[in-house]
Amino acid sequence: MRLGQRFYLIEAIQGVLLTSGHFFRNMGKHVAHALGRKNARGAVTIQYPEERRPYSPRLRTLHRLVRREDGSPRCVACMMCETVCPARCIYIVATEHPNPEIEKMPERFDIDLGKCVFCGYCVEACPEDAIRMDTGILEFSSYSRRGMVYTKEMLLSLEPIGPDGRPTSPVPIPADRSV
Amino acid sequence: MTATLLDVGIVFGRVFFVIMFVLNLGGLLGWVERKQSAIMQDRIGANRASIFGLRVMGLFHPLADALKLLTKEDFRPANADRFLFWLAPFVSVFFALVSFASIPFGDTLHVAGRDIPLQAITLNVGVLYVFGMLSLGVYGVMMAGWASGNNYALLGGQRAAALMISTEIAIGASIMGVIMVYGSLNMQDIVRGQGTLLLGWLPAWGIVTQPLAFILFLTAGIAATKRAPFDTPESESEIIGYFVEYSGMKAGMFMMSDFLETVVIAGMTTALFLGGWQVPWLMADGFHFPWGAVVTLPHLAVVLLQVTAFVVKVGVMIFIMMLVRWTLPRFRYDQAMRLGWLGLFPLSILNIVVTGAVLLLFGRPA
Repeated sequence: MRLGQRFYLIEAIQGVLLTSGHFFRNMGKHVAHALGRKNARGAVTIQYPEERRPYSPRLRTLHRLVRREDGSPRCVACMMCETVCPARCIYIVATEHPNPEIEKMPERFDIDLGKCVFCGYCVEACPEDAIRMDTGILEFSSYSRRGMVYTKEMLLSLEPIGPDGRPTSPVPIPADRSV
Repeated sequence: MTATLLDVGIVFGRVFFVIMFVLNLGGLLGWVERKQSAIMQDRIGANRASIFGLRVMGLFHPLADALKLLTKEDFRPANADRFLFWLAPFVSVFFALVSFASIPFGDTLHVAGRDIPLQAITLNVGVLYVFGMLSLGVYGVMMAGWASGNNYALLGGQRAAALMISTEIAIGASIMGVIMVYGSLNMQDIVRGQGTLLLGWLPAWGIVTQPLAFILFLTAGIAATKRAPFDTPESESEIIGYFVEYSGMKAGMFMMSDFLETVVIAGMTTALFLGGWQVPWLMADGFHFPWGAVVTLPHLAVVLLQVTAFVVKVGVMIFIMMLVRWTLPRFRYDQAMRLGWLGLFPLSILNIVVTGAVLLLFGRPA
């Protein structure tokens, strides 16, 4: 170590000058912001719930089931997603579709999000483009494991992410949660 | 009879002012610390506590903290010393709180034929009083360390004691230089002495007459507050410190006493080195600028300016101490000891010798 570094006081003063420089620069920007210059930002913080950074368009978020024109699910209950799912979190029960042109539709389509690893294989595997992961919803939570199971109705109610990068549909409330 | 009642009231008022000043400033420091560190680190800092949606830059966070700490479980370990475990945080806070008492926050106030010294208690050995009370505060820490029945807490208490001894000597010895220059142990006299002018324009503040002592005192003073870079008694990353077994408001009281000590050290630095309540060139009847201009002011305005100057100076000192606390990493235990015994102590002795020689050759300022 140099003598100046061993002495420490000079180094300490240099450090204090650096941090106080940050303080006064940021403080000036905060004051300018408070006085009306809204593009002056004294911090790099994104205030999360109110403010979000734009998500990447390829970000995999909460699943949704795509609907046909008549509102029935586009899914034909081919079980491809259930087969390919590495976490085995998809559970499908097939039933007849009222339209004779379409062979099947899911009676139940449950995704256990407590198990899901968000690999996106179900989206890749689907031959009908019936399941997508583009809702932009990341905040789903539950007080119980049961509440993490999202049913067909919940998944059908979701809309894709808006052009502003914000989710357009609210997070569906699991059946076991009242609020 | 009425006169004596009024006198008692005035004394209570003085004490009340100082206690409220120190306590509220100490409470506010929790917010200052969070916000200042956040702004230094390009963050925003705690700003979520709100009352009816009103956030006021997170000013309600100390309130929320106090509420949380008060409602927490007050836990006592099974093998802790029941009485000392209870007593330790009170001792810690008490001595931090009372040490501000003899620091003057203004000149004598003349109102309706009365002379009111703006000081909680007028002591002719005020410096020794503050110094002594500050040193006694370490008993609370040692008590906490010993009474917790926890080896890590004991280590923390022992470290606090060692740190206190190695830095209090430096504090005492660096104050000696100031006492020699101004020739008094009375804080009020020392502050008055700093009102004189050197060379006709330079205020004879302690930082001008005793620059080395200022640096030594500030370093040792930061060490006396047990905060970073001298938080070896706490060392949350290795031994968690003397209050590891404390929970709820008792842990809060230890935190509070650290903040109170910061206020006391800032007040003492202000009184001894930054001219206390002195405003440059402000005499008892108004400003006497060195270029000859004179602005006369009424007595009340002068006193108000002085008290404001004192508060501002304490604020600046707290800012600087916070700046140091959030800039420098913690000294290792042996490094802190080495700094205290081999750095600060010999330098402060050297300062006394040099000061004595200069005083002998040139005499006291003015």
